[in-house]
Amino acid sequence: MNAPVRNTNVQLMNGNHAVAWGVRLLSPDVAPLYPITPQTPILEKLIDFQSQDVLSTRLLTPESEHSAMAGAIAASATGARVFTATSSQGLLLMHELLHYAAGARLPIVMFNVNRTPAAPWGFWPDQIDSLSQRDTGWIQLYTETPQESLDTTIQAFRIAEACEMPVMVNHDAFYVSHAVEPVEIPDQEMVQNFAKKPDRSLWLETGSIRSIGTPIGQAGWNETRREMDVAMQRVVGLTEEAGRVWGEQTGRHYGPLDFYRTDDAEVVFVTMGSMAGTAREAVDTLRRNGVAAGLIRVRLFRPLPISGLRAALAKIPTAIVLDRNYSPGLGGVLHQELKAELYGMENAPRMHGMLAGVGGVNVPPETLEKLVIDYKDAEQSQSPIWVD
Amino acid sequence: MKDTGFNDQGHFCSGHNACAGCAEALAMRVVLNEVGEDAIGVVAPSCVAIILGAHPNNSAKIPFIHGTIESAAASAAGVKQALIAQGKNDTTVLCFAGDGGTYDIGLQSLSSVAERNEDILYVCFDNEGYMNTGGQKSSSTPRAAATGSTPLGKTTRKKNMVEILAAHRIPYIATASTSHMGDLAEKVRKAKAIRGTKVLIIIIPCLPGWGVADDAATKVARLAVETGVFPLFEIEDGVKYTMSVGEKTKEIGSYLELQKRYRHLDDEGREGLQAEVNENWERLAEIAGK
Ligand SMILES: Cc1ncc(C[n+]2csc(CCOP(=O)(O)OP(=O)(O)O)c2C)c(N)n1
Ligand code: SF4
Ligand SMILES: [Mg+2]
Repeated sequence: MNAPVRNTNVQLMNGNHAVAWGVRLLSPDVAPLYPITPQTPILEKLIDFQSQDVLSTRLLTPESEHSAMAGAIAASATGARVFTATSSQGLLLMHELLHYAAGARLPIVMFNVNRTPAAPWGFWPDQIDSLSQRDTGWIQLYTETPQESLDTTIQAFRIAEACEMPVMVNHDAFYVSHAVEPVEIPDQEMVQNFAKKPDRSLWLETGSIRSIGTPIGQAGWNETRREMDVAMQRVVGLTEEAGRVWGEQTGRHYGPLDFYRTDDAEVVFVTMGSMAGTAREAVDTLRRNGVAAGLIRVRLFRPLPISGLRAALAKIPTAIVLDRNYSPGLGGVLHQELKAELYGMENAPRMHGMLAGVGGVNVPPETLEKLVIDYKDAEQSQSPIWVD
Repeated sequence: MKDTGFNDQGHFCSGHNACAGCAEALAMRVVLNEVGEDAIGVVAPSCVAIILGAHPNNSAKIPFIHGTIESAAASAAGVKQALIAQGKNDTTVLCFAGDGGTYDIGLQSLSSVAERNEDILYVCFDNEGYMNTGGQKSSSTPRAAATGSTPLGKTTRKKNMVEILAAHRIPYIATASTSHMGDLAEKVRKAKAIRGTKVLIIIIPCLPGWGVADDAATKVARLAVETGVFPLFEIEDGVKYTMSVGEKTKEIGSYLELQKRYRHLDDEGREGLQAEVNENWERLAEIAGK
């Protein structure tokens, strides 16, 4: 194994600028972008890099996110490596095209900053924007820190291109997008070797008449979904592999799931995104007070790493799922997914679905500690619980 | 045989899916032949997408991305940017859409592409309605025409798309008709040689949509030009107008009587339409300096 390339280039930056740095290091061919709070600093930083001549990507600024994604799709179909970024209303405006991009098997990488959708208007961290896109065929990753956002942006290209599926990486509005932390900027040559652009043959090119998206019969359409199923089954492994190789290069290891003090845990939080930081603090306090608490952070949400989750949760009596999102009539989306994935499993934990931080409200570690005390020995909750 | 001013290179194949007698297939033939093989196409859901064929067929000799209806122009810009990133600056990006995809649902993205002067050749096949969905009105449907959603005749006039485009000051806009094939071919050649956003709007009498006989599409298209209903002209840089056919030689009745979509009209209705055509023509002639 090669020793990690130790890099001393550490700069203070927020999560969005870290994403822009990831894009800069890889300089994809084309990036159509449309501004929206709180994604805008990604766009502005990329424009800034371009004006300094340190980014060779062709940036397009069309009139809407809809056209940004249409341009991204067409450019990717023409063989370009493509990045875009959005949030909330912008992501929702793209909805029709998200299905298209996945169906056409285009390895576009998009960064989404999780924000509440209207109505009413709000600009707050909440993951319902991307979670409501879960059936479009995009791989979804959720990050916790600016460093992870930079690292994951690069890993996303490797994953997307290996299975020819688009990847959406998400971080929480403000808590990550605007939080300033020291971020190590990896070596550009290392990054470019890590995510080498593969040769692709099935795309639009002159001299060929092969087309994309052409109307097709029932059996042909059905076949496309079966092929997507095969591709999706590779994603957990690809995410593991990308995180492992990245770890070898940088010393920062990632996987589909992130475990914290789960080995002998009797109760765990399961969550995604920045909530994990708060949960980690709560775990440490609980441990100091003699409660065997732990944390599982779901980094890869689509496809969900089922066997990893089953293996981890089989040993743990209680799981408290923290959802910073609310699906009306249902509850928390992660909670619903976990219930489905663990159905029928022997020794499944008692699960409690907590609607914690919906709309960006603050959830301090003490609140999470109290949840553990209140629920660790309780019967499984039937309905989701709103956390005050 | 009469010289059509157009030399078929076989870039549009037989076996396509147009209704027998449809002028749209003819228009596609001329455009694809003049554009040649160093091109990538974008097509919006519309008759033209159906005519190109279902998977795995393609009646054109260039590849197409069958995109979404409201983003034809945005998609074309994406293809162009990818080609530039690959150093293929000279490859033509050809965009095919219907009038619904141009005047209505795709207007926003087309306006943005025109404002940015993206280097694409955009062709609108204007059959004055949503024919792929069975013949409803679009904002290109003319006043009085009956459609599935305007069974008593549309009460408002056809949107003046050419003037909207001209206001963007793009380098080239032209109207064309398969009845004037040499003129159409010449306009495609001219547009292809220009860098920036070029838009061609071609009038396509739709056989079922307009209630036109199977053998009358080109005849109706010719009458649209000769009556001044659909004048042929070019606009360079949004300001320099040039009439391609400088005279209006026929009354509107000869055009209307070949189409079932106008059969409910009485004399007064026909006179109203004639007055509208006269007014439009005079305005255009004045701008064009005739
Ligand atoms: C977002 C969306 N809405 C509706 C449709 C259905 N649709 C397909 S083609 C079409 C009409 C197209 O009309 P036009 O652009 O004039 O083309 P034509 O069929 O007349 O050639 C419509 C409404 C669609 N494909 N996408
Ligand atoms: S419906 Fe009309 S425009 Fe479409 S192919 Fe048939 S005749 Fe041509
Ligand atoms: Mg139409």
